[in-house]
Amino acid sequence: MNNDSNAQSSKASLLYDPVARSIFFQCLTVAIVAWLVYAGINNAITNLEKANVASGFGFLSDRSGFDVSQSLIEYTNDSSYLRAFYVGLTNTLLVSALGIFFATIIGFAVGIGRLSQNYLIRKICMVYVELLRNIPLLLQLLFWYKAVLGVLPNVRDAMQVGNIYLSNRGLAIPKFIPEAGASTIFWAFVVGIIATFVVAKWAKKRQMKTGQQFPTILVGFGLVLGLPLLALIVLGFPFVIENPELGGFNFRGGSVVLPEFVALLLGLALYTAAFIAEIVRSGILAVSKGQTEAAYALGIRPNITMRKVIVPQAMRVVIPPLTSQYLNLTKNSSLAVAIGYPDLVAIFSGTVLNQTGQAVEVVLMTMLVYLFLSLVTSTFMNWFNSRVSLVER
Amino acid sequence: MKTKIFTGMLASAALALSASTASAATLDDVKAKGFVQCGVSTGLSGFSAPNDAGEWSGIDVEYCRGVAAAVFGDPSKVKFTALTAKERFTALQSGEIDILSRNTTWTMSRDTQLGLNFAGVNYYDGQGFMVRKALGLNSALELSGASVCVQTGTTTELNLTDYFKANNMEYKPVVFEKLEEVNAAYAANRCDVYTTDASGLYSIRLTLDNPDEHTVLPEIISKEPLGPVVRQGDDQWFNIAKWTHIAMVNAEELGVTSENVDLEKDSENPNIKRLLGTEGNFGESIGLDAEWAYNIIKTVGNYGEVFDRTVGAGSPLKIERGRNALWTDGGLQYGPPIR
Repeated sequence: MNNDSNAQSSKASLLYDPVARSIFFQCLTVAIVAWLVYAGINNAITNLEKANVASGFGFLSDRSGFDVSQSLIEYTNDSSYLRAFYVGLTNTLLVSALGIFFATIIGFAVGIGRLSQNYLIRKICMVYVELLRNIPLLLQLLFWYKAVLGVLPNVRDAMQVGNIYLSNRGLAIPKFIPEAGASTIFWAFVVGIIATFVVAKWAKKRQMKTGQQFPTILVGFGLVLGLPLLALIVLGFPFVIENPELGGFNFRGGSVVLPEFVALLLGLALYTAAFIAEIVRSGILAVSKGQTEAAYALGIRPNITMRKVIVPQAMRVVIPPLTSQYLNLTKNSSLAVAIGYPDLVAIFSGTVLNQTGQAVEVVLMTMLVYLFLSLVTSTFMNWFNSRVSLVER
Repeated sequence: MKTKIFTGMLASAALALSASTASAATLDDVKAKGFVQCGVSTGLSGFSAPNDAGEWSGIDVEYCRGVAAAVFGDPSKVKFTALTAKERFTALQSGEIDILSRNTTWTMSRDTQLGLNFAGVNYYDGQGFMVRKALGLNSALELSGASVCVQTGTTTELNLTDYFKANNMEYKPVVFEKLEEVNAAYAANRCDVYTTDASGLYSIRLTLDNPDEHTVLPEIISKEPLGPVVRQGDDQWFNIAKWTHIAMVNAEELGVTSENVDLEKDSENPNIKRLLGTEGNFGESIGLDAEWAYNIIKTVGNYGEVFDRTVGAGSPLKIERGRNALWTDGGLQYGPPIR
């Protein structure tokens, strides 16, 4: 009798056990999602076969047979489609990295400018933000491209400063071709960066112990710039300079910065900077005025108050939305296709997709690349966020 | 219970997905919806471009009207989808359009790897180069080092590479997705040379500010047979696409025009009788009525008429018949007999 009721209650408890139920429903959800993914893939494969469309990734090793206007890595029309993919990828990375760099600098400057005591600076920054963030990026890119092409002279009437030429074919600059020993300069630069970190750590330790301050920033600059410069002089300038010369239709020799690249970089940096400016402003305003007053009351100078009290607290608010802006910039770089800059979308899901017709594979690869780039960026920014976040004791 | 409904919904959604693939009988689909969905370019005058009245016109557009006339007896039962070079094949493969008539070059890889069928050649073209007269060039062999504007996803892009490579010349590609973007870049002097099919160059030259400042170089560097495309796996629709063009060519050869077609219906010439459906049951054999070709010729015209008013002497482009003349006049347009 007793046993019986026990068995009954345990039976009932499994059905009404919240843990068991939640496990059941989670398993069900996973199963449904897995089935959906499977059905989707299976559906795509069957349909492609039915339509007699070739599929698979074998096409990646075929000869591409087309040329690209800008490539950071070695590429000719005899290279494979996979190589073309890398060319597009590096071009996207280049414009995204430089875009993020310039957008951050301009954004911080404008954001702080909006809080300036100076009426003129404050209003100029306000107009900048309101103007740029309220016009669609695509239009801005087209504007910059037309502006760049429209303002610059023809290649035969190129503006010239020394050996640098500017025309609607781009900015032709001398190319430095490294000779033996040139890599030392790069390593000197790396050593400079590492040394700066070491010095900064030591200086902090010393300040903690003795209260004495150390000009870390000045010394850092000296190390990062001085060491490569020293190596350059010691090695006796191990570069051959190749100057651009106007021959036939275009400049030959030297390096050329394409007008498409400049237009895209300008558009991306200026547009994103407007959003970053607002993020920075909100971050600074989020720090209560009491913090400034308290710092002043302790006799800390305004400059140091900003650097050591306000900014570190503002960063907590700034970093997460800033990450979103970086991600946006990277993804927006795919608008390059409108102005003829050879980024990943233009080369790979444009030209390659067309020449091979492998739409599913190509689009999938392109999407995965953007997903991967975004995840890497946000992982880094999350790590950085956890470093600057308020340490609660 | 809720879960059950949810699963049911998912299952039906998956079924709907698999059912949405283009089924075999395009003709039935077309008849059911009441119009032919035809893919054309985003604007290449003479081939497919909206005219002053906002209506599509051009040789590729007239072909689609011909298909509509064959199916419905009414050339206006066609809707046009403007496609970039990049979008065109996907649009056809996915069933978004029924037929692609967008100055598309017939190549082996497109015919065999993309699940498509080319239904003939309605314009024999070849790739050429356009430059500014001020450069003083006489031959494409003088183009080494030039910047070349080209549209992405075209055979043009590949021919360009091959030509410069074969002649040991260098060039700098400037690649855009849309035709209008290429036009704008060439107009802004971003590049020295504009390359595409020669017919396209003549058409684009007229849209530039001063057409007389530009010239098309004599070299034709490739074969570009342009024609309509349909999906593989639907032979009936493929036949309709093929024979629409052939009927127009044969009508010209037999001297049947949109104006005299009613008179010719009483003709004793057996070739004309078979074409216009007064003898035999050729319409039935491709799933249409006996008057299919009569409707094409009556409402759209024969190949010569269409050529003349879209790209030929009666149009602003004034392109000569050249290779697109009938075989009887030394050209390449040759329609298999209807019998």
